[in-house]
Amino acid sequence: MKNKNLRYLFLVWLALSAHAHAQLKIEITGFGSNQMPVAILPLKGEEALPQKVTEIVVGDLYRSGFFKMVDSGGINPVPADPAELQYPTWKARGADAVMVGSVSPLSNGNWDVRFRLMDVLKQSQITGFAYQVAAPQLRNTAHKIADAIYEKLTGDVGVFSTRITYVVKQGTRFELQVADADGFGAQTVLASNEPIISPAWAPDGNRLAYVSFERRKPIVYIQSLLTGQRTVAANFKGSNSAPAWSPDGKRLAVVLTKDGNSQIYLINADGSNVVRLTNTSTIDTEPNFSPDGQYVIFTSDRGGSPQIYRVPAGGGAPERLTFDGSYNVSPRYAPDGKSFVFIQRAGGRFNVAMQDFVSKQTQSLTENGVDESPTFAPNGRIILYATEIRGRGILASVSSDGRVRQRFSAETGDVREPAWGPLIKSP
Amino acid sequence: MNKIFWSLAVLSVLAGCASKDVQKPVDVTEGKPSQPPVVATKPTVPPPTITPVKPPQVTGDPLDPLNPQSMLNKQRSVFFDYDSVIIKDEFKPLVTAHARYLVANRAQKISIEGNTDERGSREYNIALGQRRADSVKQMMILLGVQEGQIESVSFGEEKPRNQGHDEAAFSENRRDDIRYAGDK
Repeated sequence: MKNKNLRYLFLVWLALSAHAHAQLKIEITGFGSNQMPVAILPLKGEEALPQKVTEIVVGDLYRSGFFKMVDSGGINPVPADPAELQYPTWKARGADAVMVGSVSPLSNGNWDVRFRLMDVLKQSQITGFAYQVAAPQLRNTAHKIADAIYEKLTGDVGVFSTRITYVVKQGTRFELQVADADGFGAQTVLASNEPIISPAWAPDGNRLAYVSFERRKPIVYIQSLLTGQRTVAANFKGSNSAPAWSPDGKRLAVVLTKDGNSQIYLINADGSNVVRLTNTSTIDTEPNFSPDGQYVIFTSDRGGSPQIYRVPAGGGAPERLTFDGSYNVSPRYAPDGKSFVFIQRAGGRFNVAMQDFVSKQTQSLTENGVDESPTFAPNGRIILYATEIRGRGILASVSSDGRVRQRFSAETGDVREPAWGPLIKSP
Repeated sequence: MNKIFWSLAVLSVLAGCASKDVQKPVDVTEGKPSQPPVVATKPTVPPPTITPVKPPQVTGDPLDPLNPQSMLNKQRSVFFDYDSVIIKDEFKPLVTAHARYLVANRAQKISIEGNTDERGSREYNIALGQRRADSVKQMMILLGVQEGQIESVSFGEEKPRNQGHDEAAFSENRRDDIRYAGDK
């Protein structure tokens, strides 16, 4: 990519020591070309909180690569209301927008968090919200504030309050974890001495499908993140793998070998109503639904080498989508359905590439050479993927324009198999 | 005794025929560097664990795979060349010996676990490992084993025997393991 102009090695250490073992460390390695200057003032009263809300907001906005964080220090007293803002000060510091607000305790033990984002030139409100939340929700509230600011200033949906899942391998132990999109608050949802791969979020964000080898063969399970309850979705004779949810959350595409070679089938979440979708004597795998549910893209070697194909979800003739190179695998639809990302091998190196459905143009997005398992953020602006650094498995992200880059690594162990969760519609 | 001799002889002939049938070259890509192809197809380091099957010197029933002393207990792995699902000649006696036991013991069930090296997509490697497992399964079926006795499954790249990242490790990881129901 054209990232020669990127500034490297801006380290953002956000791991709280108390929870360091359960966090991913984030490092930003590239920024957007146009960064909007924003000042985030401390929320009045937030020093009473165990973690300052604005630190999380600043971290989110900064790491997105789209904002230049204007120094907000040295203002005393801290204004809690736009009426107290000295706009010339912020104009002089170069800010286009400035956030002010407050945190105050409520009688029921909850907190009132409110903010306003002000346009410095127009001296008018861009957006503003008030939240009444319990202490454990403060981190999520901070992400929602960042989402609101991001959305107003970039015109895109923010994904700071979404979640990601991934697998951590520590020695011979495998853990399926779920964390906030910034890598915080990681929780282990499944721990096993056998491999776990291919986690996939249900569209409701409350369930994960994944493949576990705990019974000496690949079996597809579905697990509720609310109750922890687990059910078998596919355990047919042979191998069961590569689960993908339909957008309505009712059906799963899976790869089964019950009839011989690896083929794609559609099943209900409880494993019933099995319908074969592909019919070849070759490998068909890695299905992924289009956002409108009309198509399934997948990897097949029916043409002699693994390439990406698209088939109507109701069945029909598959159409080949990739022609460049002899190894194109792991396709994932963009949330707007207009393009897909995949892993492309060129010169023995595996990188993330993106192809437009209409123009058929392919753009290479990474150059690590060992990249796997790309997954789109639900706003389509970021692609998270697995890679390696100095022999260790880590996650990394790249913006869909190839400019903004981040790395996520665990304190110990290999991180792999990422999947970015859906947008959850809630206040 | 004579009967056994003849049935083994017939099986051997069958094995000879069968091996021809399973030797269909199938294009398998395993994250192989696309260039230069000639180098990639011939690993320079020979797989260290590959040895021809020798006449067993054992105590107990030499043909009981659950007897730790038996050849059928010790010889459970079939190794594959890079990019290949073809059962090499040196492993045909091993597959044949297991098939004979399974033909003689119809109640015995096995699983064949296919594996790949670490290069390339994890899910695509599950499918490649499945193809390797099916390769041995097909040979066994041609030798008279009933399909219901065999489950072929794949671990893809997830359960490497050698944790290294060089060709020597890769060649140990491109394998099928035969596992008997009743194995610990």
